[in-house]
Amino acid sequence: MAMDQKELRQWEARCIQEEMPRCTAACPLHVDARAVCGHVAEGRVNDAWAVLVRTMPLPSVLARICDGPCRTACLRGEFGGGIDVAALERFCARAATKSPRMAPLPRRKGNAAVLGGGFAGLCAAWDLARKGFSVTLYGPRPAGRLAAPTDADGELAAALAHELETMAKLGVRFEDGAAPGVAADDAAGAARWLSDRSAPGDAGPDAAPDTFDAVFADPEAVPAALHGLGPADPVSLGTLAPGVFSGDTGSGVPASPVALAALGRRAAASVERFAQKASLTAGREHEGPVPTRLYTNPAGIERAAPAPEPEGGHTEETAAREAARCLNCQCLESVKNCAYLAHYGAYPKVYARRIYNNASIVMGTRHANEMINSCMLCGLCTELCPTNFDMAGLCLMARRDMVQRGKMPPSAHEFALRDMAFANGPSCALARPAPDGGRTELLFFPGCQLTASDPGGAEAAYAALRAARPGVGLLLRCCGAPARWAGREDLFAESLEALRTDWRALDAPPIATACPTCAATLRQALPEAEILPVWGLLGAAKTGEATESIAEGAGTAKSSGIAGAGAPLAVHDPCAARHDEPARTAVRGLLAGLGVATVEPRLTGKHTECCGFGGLLAEANPPLAAKAAARRAAAADQDFVTYCAMCRDMLARAGKRALHVFDLLYPRHADPAARPAPGHSERRENRARLKDRLLRELWREPGAPPAPHEAVRVRCTEEAAQRMEERRILISDVQKTLLHARESGAALVRADATSGRRLAAYRPVSVTYWVDYEPEGDGFLVHNAWSHRMRILGLDGREGRGASTAGDGPRTYGIGARASDQRGNE
Amino acid sequence: MSTIRVPEADAAGWRCACCDCDLVLAPVELEYMGSHFSVELPACPQCGAVLVPEPLALGKMAEVEKLLEDK
Repeated sequence: MAMDQKELRQWEARCIQEEMPRCTAACPLHVDARAVCGHVAEGRVNDAWAVLVRTMPLPSVLARICDGPCRTACLRGEFGGGIDVAALERFCARAATKSPRMAPLPRRKGNAAVLGGGFAGLCAAWDLARKGFSVTLYGPRPAGRLAAPTDADGELAAALAHELETMAKLGVRFEDGAAPGVAADDAAGAARWLSDRSAPGDAGPDAAPDTFDAVFADPEAVPAALHGLGPADPVSLGTLAPGVFSGDTGSGVPASPVALAALGRRAAASVERFAQKASLTAGREHEGPVPTRLYTNPAGIERAAPAPEPEGGHTEETAAREAARCLNCQCLESVKNCAYLAHYGAYPKVYARRIYNNASIVMGTRHANEMINSCMLCGLCTELCPTNFDMAGLCLMARRDMVQRGKMPPSAHEFALRDMAFANGPSCALARPAPDGGRTELLFFPGCQLTASDPGGAEAAYAALRAARPGVGLLLRCCGAPARWAGREDLFAESLEALRTDWRALDAPPIATACPTCAATLRQALPEAEILPVWGLLGAAKTGEATESIAEGAGTAKSSGIAGAGAPLAVHDPCAARHDEPARTAVRGLLAGLGVATVEPRLTGKHTECCGFGGLLAEANPPLAAKAAARRAAAADQDFVTYCAMCRDMLARAGKRALHVFDLLYPRHADPAARPAPGHSERRENRARLKDRLLRELWREPGAPPAPHEAVRVRCTEEAAQRMEERRILISDVQKTLLHARESGAALVRADATSGRRLAAYRPVSVTYWVDYEPEGDGFLVHNAWSHRMRILGLDGREGRGASTAGDGPRTYGIGARASDQRGNE
Repeated sequence: MSTIRVPEADAAGWRCACCDCDLVLAPVELEYMGSHFSVELPACPQCGAVLVPEPLALGKMAEVEKLLEDK
């Protein structure tokens, strides 16, 4: 089921990338110092200034007097000294040549008075005016500490004059009296006015107090001791009198100018809430300095000394140098280390929303389908993320939801599911006790990708296991992982049930698997079975009662120059072994036993990277899978050694020299690290031939009779073979098409009639295949092949037939439904 | 249903082997994910055999298939 709003919030809250950086969190006004630094470092002073103006009240003033509390919070502080943002603010205030236009919100019905022109009072009046209130500020301005002569050259005074002018333009009225009807220097009178105001009906002769909805008393001009309305509440700044707010919380007037500004801002927010009859306290925990969850990885940060502010202020050059020291704090821990997360240009929080939105679309295009289907489900992000964001869980949930609602694009996983059906079909699946009979003590489960990639290795491992112990049975089939990755829980359950039946029929022994994905999948889905990684058993067989074949194999490995000759190999842990520490250790032990020196690549063990196959990325988004494989290939300079056949092949396809452990245990190639990865058709052939051979040689049983199309002799030009591989067109698809053409006679011929080239089409199930070929002896030479999923219904207005007439089978592909005639249809 | 014309649909170069006649452009009904289109494609005027040229299958047709799958 799709996630609801609440679940979305929970997912979003998990991702901390949008949390404030330390500087912003420490700033009482939450000024985006990171953005300011970014702009100044790039020489964009006006942009930096615009950031300040957007956030600060009286920016020309505050930028000149800010005490920069962010500096002590700055992460750079641990690497040379915190950024002096206050100095950069001063620089911006002086150097900016343009200020953004200041537009107040539309006038609202609300009158507010501010008693006292200290900095808090001025800031409160500023914010209130910008919120659209009618504001009257009473008393001299500036008052309090701001009135003390702080700048000899009058720069600050000029800035203040400028901002007072801005405030006037925003509609602030200035009254010299300390309060309505009170003399200019009569603070006590102002306090009295306030107190009077708190007693309704007892207002003085001047009726003005009642014309204000709310009043803020500047803490420097009208302290609590004078107004007698008690210390202000630190959250709302409210006093004993409703609508009267005070900056004096009883803990003294803040010395920090930016804290004073924040006090004024808090007061303005309270006045607004009061006018709206909203809660004065709810949801205000984000105001003022706050803790932040943003994590920035300090690894690799080099120290950088501050660029001190010269006498007379920063120049563009010194400011840029200081600003460039900003670390631009981000989390992105997962994004930095995942080709997939980086590819879609954002981070998990954004992706969670995209996924939510994708599921919410009723009419229109679901733009996130590809994104959802491109996650490798490898779990690296969860390991790296400081809060363990589980992108795999999120994407898998989304895929299942898409499947359930019939919104999963059929083309995304169909090829992989067909492959799974083939591996579980009569051509490949096999369940047998040990060839010499008896109770099955251990069941070898090589995994369908190992038998596809290296059937000889799987066969040798089975021989080694049988030599080392009695009663080793064999189970050839798929663990169901592709169905699970595709969100097809129905197919997964079906596949698992067949596997469970085979396993029980073979005395339900421990299962030794040579595939980390099978191990992880079966451990989770078949908890009643003991799942052992085969590596420990093979290692034990080798070091203990070493069998002849294994001893020979290891000996050859040592002498063949593949390994043990000094050049260490980088161990690539498959992502499925991320949480399988025993398997990771066993493989390293096995390699050590073979005398192979190993190194660890960048990101290893529980932090290993996916090869690009995980989660069916290679099916749903082949270019991104190639990118992921290339990224992993670059994680070590050495040749890789791994214990997942798919990882080996993905790395090999990325041009990386890579070995499977079986290449070392059972050497059969001169340079196995350069062994090409078999293509789609060859993988199927390998599985089918392995079953056939083992059945005949070990169990003395005949193999299954070949399907009619398998008798069609086909040769492909190099170009055609390459295209077929890219287009996921199998030799068997071509054979079926050609068989159909031969039997039906339906084909197109070249108009010039000289080339002998023909074109045939056939649609076995849900894809129409076109084959451009010519007869060659008793077979065919294939020049090209292409396919489409769209169905040809025929010529408009009459029952026509496409060149693909005969084969319009069921529209959707169902593995279970076709299992019985797999051989014929696959 | 108005008929869509696509530049990739080129009738030249192929003949129907069964009927021994040139293909001509004709409106052909196509279907995917429940959507129906009429597209002008090379077809045998006698038996109705249709040609989907490679550039069309891998180009516009693939695009439309993806679009419909994401609907």
